[in-house]
Amino acid sequence: MEDGIVLTMRGISKSFPGVRALNEVDFTLRKGEIHALMGENGAGKSTLIKVLTGVYPMDEGEIYLDGHDGAVSIHSPQDAQSIGISTVYQEITLCPNLTVAENMFIGRTSDKLVHWKEYERRAAEILDNLGIPARPNQELSRCSLAVQQMVAIARAVDMKCKVLILDEPTSSLDDKEVAMLFGLMRDLKSRGVGIIFVTHFLEQVYEVSDRITVLRNGQLVGEFKVEDLPQVQLVAEMMGKSLDDLAELEQIGQKTGSSGECVYEAEQLSSSECRPFDFQIHRGEVNGFTGLLGSGRSESVRAIFGADHVTGGKVQVDGKDVHISKPHDAMINGIGYLPEDRKRDGIIADLSVRDNIILALQVIQGMNHPISKAKAEAFADEYIEALQIKTASKETPIKSLSGGNQQKVILARWLLTHPQYLILDEPTRGIDVGTKLEIQKLVLKLADEGMSITFISSEIEEMLRTCSRLIVMRDRKIVGELTGENLTEAQVMKTIAGGTQQ
Amino acid sequence: MNRKKKIAASLGQLVIPLVALAILIIFNLIRDPSFFSIGMRTNNAGNTVLTGNLISVIDSASELAIIAMGMTLVTAATGGQDISVGAVAAISGAIFVKVLQSMGAITGTSVFVALIASILVTILFKLFNGTLVAVFNIQPMIATLILYSCGRSIAYWINGDATPQLDSPIISSFGKTIPGVPIPTPIFAVILVGLFLFLIFKFSSLRLYTQSVGINQAAARLNGINPMHIKLLSFALLGVCVAVAAVIGVSRLGQLNHKTLLADIEMDAILAVAIGGNNLGGGKYKMSGSILGAYIIQMLTTTLYAMNVAPVNVKAYKAIVIIIIVVAGSPVIKDAVAKLFRSMKNSSTAKKGVA
Repeated sequence: MEDGIVLTMRGISKSFPGVRALNEVDFTLRKGEIHALMGENGAGKSTLIKVLTGVYPMDEGEIYLDGHDGAVSIHSPQDAQSIGISTVYQEITLCPNLTVAENMFIGRTSDKLVHWKEYERRAAEILDNLGIPARPNQELSRCSLAVQQMVAIARAVDMKCKVLILDEPTSSLDDKEVAMLFGLMRDLKSRGVGIIFVTHFLEQVYEVSDRITVLRNGQLVGEFKVEDLPQVQLVAEMMGKSLDDLAELEQIGQKTGSSGECVYEAEQLSSSECRPFDFQIHRGEVNGFTGLLGSGRSESVRAIFGADHVTGGKVQVDGKDVHISKPHDAMINGIGYLPEDRKRDGIIADLSVRDNIILALQVIQGMNHPISKAKAEAFADEYIEALQIKTASKETPIKSLSGGNQQKVILARWLLTHPQYLILDEPTRGIDVGTKLEIQKLVLKLADEGMSITFISSEIEEMLRTCSRLIVMRDRKIVGELTGENLTEAQVMKTIAGGTQQ
Repeated sequence: MNRKKKIAASLGQLVIPLVALAILIIFNLIRDPSFFSIGMRTNNAGNTVLTGNLISVIDSASELAIIAMGMTLVTAATGGQDISVGAVAAISGAIFVKVLQSMGAITGTSVFVALIASILVTILFKLFNGTLVAVFNIQPMIATLILYSCGRSIAYWINGDATPQLDSPIISSFGKTIPGVPIPTPIFAVILVGLFLFLIFKFSSLRLYTQSVGINQAAARLNGINPMHIKLLSFALLGVCVAVAAVIGVSRLGQLNHKTLLADIEMDAILAVAIGGNNLGGGKYKMSGSILGAYIIQMLTTTLYAMNVAPVNVKAYKAIVIIIIVVAGSPVIKDAVAKLFRSMKNSSTAKKGVA
């Protein structure tokens, strides 16, 4: 094995029934390198990672690891861990009801007796060393998501790993936390750990990575040094097409905002989770709520939809007084809501794509008016086609789809109800660039057809592209509203930071 | 090919119970080829009826099959089981007898009224369970433990008599056979209850609602479903099943014994749901699996009795067979079998390639 190389994967192929997920893919990781693995949904990133960590057996190919003669065979995540390959997944896979220290040491000690006191001491040391703001005896569920993520990394790092795989580690972190995580990553890099970084955030790739490997449709597109691959070209490589789509989006461009009649208006609306606020949206308008994580942007839209316990306020839909205290009230008033946490609040995991698509419409029609099977199939076909949902069939359980395609199914569920007002909370989180663009385009198209849309995203850039009005929140309060020429990243930042008064 | 796949997919979880049933049948045929012979005889009441082990299995599994259907729904919606079905059945039986006796002579009308009264009261008791589970979020097993413990005492208080007798041709045609019809009436009851539930599922979207609530309650709520209502509804439907099963049980014996009526049926019902390949943690379900499970359990019992196994030992033998069925249906074994099939398929296609 060449010097400085810690991991080589050669000619990796893997098929699932009906799909060739990986086709002779090569991948090389060097010591002390942060290597971004990029590709759209279904490009094969997850499959490659899962082959490397022994979750899936590969059909063909070889894996070489520094310090091992010949190809290594990895049959399980335990195998991978024992030879120094650790993974931190997008969804936290720790036990929320155990303490931080217990989470860091559980399942990896060979001692017959467990010395919790000793572990707590060591955990404190590691946390301190890595600058993670958590106490060893703190229950994990009481830490923020970001800290939980960092605990997972600390656990992996402490296992003396040579290869650290971070699968979408930043998708639920705010900027400050991302910066902290990057500090941690650079620190590990300087200690010689090879890091595979899977993410959808382009800026982050350029901020922290040394090299980029791009996959597309299970094929290797190429390995690039970061400085040789401008961002636009990366997007083009990932999508396998020219940048026309991007240009097209620019052309649809800024919505001018709509002067149409008010579709929804709330006065001093409040819920158990948010303070009273005023809000209105007009026909064909796209607006957004922005602010840092925890600023109350999600809580506000949840109050609009009646998802949390509504405690007060006056609501009008189409100029008529209505009472919205539960999701069903909102739905029959033509409001749809795509929740922030797809896995927890969106998908019905074991049910088919078809059932997941018709669910909301079925509920609006009422339990005593079931949608016939033929009709349900037709609806499913229609939306699988319209949104280009990649699924083996409409009978496939939604849980076996990739994240982006699951999101499209939930989107289809709400589009099928033909809402006049659709709330999209982080519809593009954890989704590849191509699908992201598709969703943005769809939002603009729907608004053009007269739908009112509230669009929430942690990526300000994305919101600037789609929204004609941004409501800025801080500390669970609306602190500003930006329109027209004020819709710039700088202005948003300023407002978030508290610069409106000046 | 596509059709074949569809059939395979829809069979899915039924493979294990079907295989188990087939093995039981084959075992019995080898042991005693006349096991399944069906004959006609004239019973005490002078009716011509069908007899034979098969009829006896299908007949005596009726109460279990009916309760298993209701249990499936509760399991799917709440991710837990109702262990009070046997004890509440004693209450249902007691109400049935009480109303019947208070109306004087046993006539078609009085039986009908008593049946309806029994169903309504049972629904109330089940809604008590349902409220604890759906409103107060108490674990189903703990919530239903209350009526499990005191149900039979309540049944005793209702009548104040240990074993009230019901002597009437109408009752026996309910629990045994209707004059002129050779097939035992309980079998029709299973069909009726099954049809009742089938029609509910056909003409409402209860199935989609129940599964959604069982799989992801938070998401179901955000799609406008009220999980509380669905859980209460599943308990109410279980109530209907329990009452019908109890009335059959009482009619079969012509008397009510609050201590023994459908004793231990809760565990068999839960088992039937499990043998049918349903997840006891809730969510997706197949009603047909649970019904099949009920008949497998009864077939097993009847087989053991036919082999002259002493009643004390029957439970032990039953346990052994059930371990085998449950383990065979476990994810570990399923995965292993699937792998084996795949490798067999691969090697056969590889051979083809060579040829």
